[in-house]
Amino acid sequence: MTSLAISPHPLLQRMQASSRRFIRWLTSTKVVLSLFMLVIMYYMVIVPLYRMVLTTVTYQERDVFRVPAAEVGAFTLFHYQRMLNSEFSKPYLYDPLVHSIQISFGATALALAIGGLFAWMCIRTDMPGRALVNQLALLPYIMPSWTIAAAWTVLFKNRISGGSPGIFEYLMGYSPPQWLSYGPLPIIISSALHYYTFFFLFVSAALMSIDSNLEEAGELMGASRWRILRKITFPLVLPAILSGFIMTFSKVMGTYGGPAILGIPIRYYTISTMIRSAVNIGDKADGFVLAITLILFAMINISINQKLVGTRRSYETIGGRGFVAHTTKLGKWKGALTTIVIVFQILVIVLPLGLLLYDTFMLVPGNYSLSNLTLHNWIGKSVKTINNGSPGVLRNPKIYAYAWNSIRLSLWTALYTALMGIFLGYSIVKGRGTRLSKLIEQLAFIPYVIPGIAFGAVYISMFARPLGPIPALYGTFALLVIVSVAKHIPYSSRSGVSAMMQVGRELEEASEVAGANVWDRFRRIIFPLTSSGFVAGFLLTFITTMRELSLIILLVTPSTMVLATQTMRYKENGDDQLANAVIIILIVLVTIGNFAIGRFRGGSLKKGLGM
Amino acid sequence: MAPTITIKNLTKKFGDVVAIKNFSLTIDPGTFLTLLGPSGCGKTTLLRCVAGLEEPDGGEIYIDDKLVFSYARGISVPPGQREVGLVFQNYALWPHMKVYQNMSFALEIQKLPKDEINQRIKESLIEVKMEGFDDRYPREMSGGQQQRIALARMLAYRPKVFLMDEPLSNLDARLRMDMRSEIKRLHHVSGATTIYVTHDQVEALTMSTNIAVMREGILQQLDSPERVYRYPSNLFVADFIGNPKVNLLEGSVDGKNSVKVGDFRVDIETNGAMGQVVVAMRPEDIAISTEPVDESVEFTAYSVLPSGADSTIVAHRGKTEITVKVTGISHIKMDDKIWLKFDPQALNLYNKESGNLIVPKY
Repeated sequence: MTSLAISPHPLLQRMQASSRRFIRWLTSTKVVLSLFMLVIMYYMVIVPLYRMVLTTVTYQERDVFRVPAAEVGAFTLFHYQRMLNSEFSKPYLYDPLVHSIQISFGATALALAIGGLFAWMCIRTDMPGRALVNQLALLPYIMPSWTIAAAWTVLFKNRISGGSPGIFEYLMGYSPPQWLSYGPLPIIISSALHYYTFFFLFVSAALMSIDSNLEEAGELMGASRWRILRKITFPLVLPAILSGFIMTFSKVMGTYGGPAILGIPIRYYTISTMIRSAVNIGDKADGFVLAITLILFAMINISINQKLVGTRRSYETIGGRGFVAHTTKLGKWKGALTTIVIVFQILVIVLPLGLLLYDTFMLVPGNYSLSNLTLHNWIGKSVKTINNGSPGVLRNPKIYAYAWNSIRLSLWTALYTALMGIFLGYSIVKGRGTRLSKLIEQLAFIPYVIPGIAFGAVYISMFARPLGPIPALYGTFALLVIVSVAKHIPYSSRSGVSAMMQVGRELEEASEVAGANVWDRFRRIIFPLTSSGFVAGFLLTFITTMRELSLIILLVTPSTMVLATQTMRYKENGDDQLANAVIIILIVLVTIGNFAIGRFRGGSLKKGLGM
Repeated sequence: MAPTITIKNLTKKFGDVVAIKNFSLTIDPGTFLTLLGPSGCGKTTLLRCVAGLEEPDGGEIYIDDKLVFSYARGISVPPGQREVGLVFQNYALWPHMKVYQNMSFALEIQKLPKDEINQRIKESLIEVKMEGFDDRYPREMSGGQQQRIALARMLAYRPKVFLMDEPLSNLDARLRMDMRSEIKRLHHVSGATTIYVTHDQVEALTMSTNIAVMREGILQQLDSPERVYRYPSNLFVADFIGNPKVNLLEGSVDGKNSVKVGDFRVDIETNGAMGQVVVAMRPEDIAISTEPVDESVEFTAYSVLPSGADSTIVAHRGKTEITVKVTGISHIKMDDKIWLKFDPQALNLYNKESGNLIVPKY
């Protein structure tokens, strides 16, 4: 406690009083936590971004061979000039950028169409089996984003890019056309089928929150069904659609798996695959210029969307529920439509998994006859002529090590993310209206606009050397955890805020009046009351980290390899079947994790997404 | 011995909004003081300042001789060290704890021995007539029961000061009646200095030793319930207290001890006042008859509203409307001619411009 001593001099007295007030403010729980969160986010987000920009405007070691006068570390716009205005610009930046935009728009539009339609049918029609549709719509989210892309190649790959034929060619006797095998169309379709979940969740939450009285009011005034949909329903769900749009667009922009599997074989590069190849050949600074381009595009996209909606609501979901919604009668179409929806959903999940699984059982790739079936890819010993001598995945000790890495990474990331969520939620909610709270909210939002692979790129230049209190981390497992936690900050802060909002401020105040200190308050009041939000955040993070590829592909080293990155390495070596086997192992592990964590109270994916 | 609470020149701002303006008040030991006012008048904020949940922007607060807050000295004692108990409007029972844990929380922090904790919880539950409920979760109880537990939680803690923030506002009318008498009884037994916040004038009138009427962060009147009711210090207080509402008749002083209202005169001590005034008359202080009597004024019954124990009659004369309350069911019919007679002793006269009571009857 502050001493009650009082200085005789009035000026000193005033200074003493204001310094006491300042210290009290500074040591209050919400301020201490807020400052702590600020420091963490400063190191996790701001410093890496700054380092990345710094790298792009200084000469790197390799540049000495290109620019004779170059001095390593000196300021230069060489990399920008090289990427934006040179003979390399077109193949390195402009073509990939066009491709990225192509697939992002295409996939987002398709995902919107599918997700929006399903959501409307689920919430606003008398379609039977809605509960099932609801459940099935969440499943693609559990699979790695490149699962469908991998399955696509099993089905449609052609020999133009070399290697074995796909099922299509085996059955039909001729190669499928190039546009069907590789390139934008397959990438768009496979991404959309994965990401439609976002639109489904966002739009159905929005539709659920719209009081159908609003629509009925329109109906009573004599408006037609179409007019009501266009003039009343659509504007009300528009914010939800736009938030789904932002999320999907920036995810597809930053995604690596799909474009790598379906684009690289025909040299159809996107910014994300180009970043990796630039970094791999050692042109880090060039890769960073590409990453900055990607970040700028994601930011432009978000700001346009916010302009359109006019508020920051665009990435928030509409809360509230429990209205009586009146439903559209589907009439004679009921049965057919339901069947189509459910069959579609099952196909999107079962077909890719079936194809991948089937593929893993073949000895000679491309020979789809029954006599070719084998368990070699799973349990076979190393044979020089098969799979470049790699043993079956279940016989390969490395796979177990990578699986353990995956699980470890996901659990640690989920734990830290969920914890940070509670602290961020506390700092933001308790400080509502203060500049500190707003600053934290805005900082926490930054990783949202940085596409996955660019975020990984940011971390290459970070922590390569010791930085302040932090030791050099490049190549360590800790770095993977840090980058994963950092990328999840926006989600964790959102679910943390919604969890904290549920805890009325009186509940904490009552304990304060009772004399509880900070530790007691968190241990006995805040943590127990936010536990279901904690579990939900934990589950979501566990799943997304488990199948995360784009974020960490640039950061893994042989010792920190995880299953997701191992699938890519098998792919790159041409061992497609082993890659597919690893994808299946990954899905099995995610499913088990989902089930195990979901058994805790409140552990649901939807909640983790903040709904 | 219950403590005195002294509030000196307290000011609290939220951004640019001044919630409490230079507020001073002394609460004697054992007093049941009610902070009364419409929503947004700063009464809850004041209570929270006393509890230590808000930090004021000026002034001082003493609990007994202990300085718990001083802006000038930069002192603010944390809520847990002020020895106050607080009952929240929404009870703030911790939903994940059973009644027992809710009540033992503060006692465990005080590191009381187990026996004593059990003893106190038992006693407190008996005091609020909730014995045997220690194993329930808050959601397993009705609103009224939760309210009692919230009270018991405070009692078990045995604070020297009770602070209550509209504790009855979430209960239905019947329960509210019961709880009023319970709370008044608890205060009587414990003798703790109590600050009670409400916007309900009946609650304030029935329970308090003293009422502090607030408006926009400023103290309007601090008095006993009777005096607040009988002699409101200004038009705001007069209008806020009483149901049906007080009749406020605008008029002008018209000779000694006479005010002209519309086309009739009201006898009232004017104490030398001049010009525009407002006459306040409580509906129950007006005599009504169906025949002309001495010094009465003829009105027409515009509307008659019997409600069992009493009836409200709205009387019109020209543009003047007066509400009258009589006991029992009235047999006056609408549009009947009626004669009203005003008791000069029961009337209050206010300056129209300032709104202040002209003849302080202190």
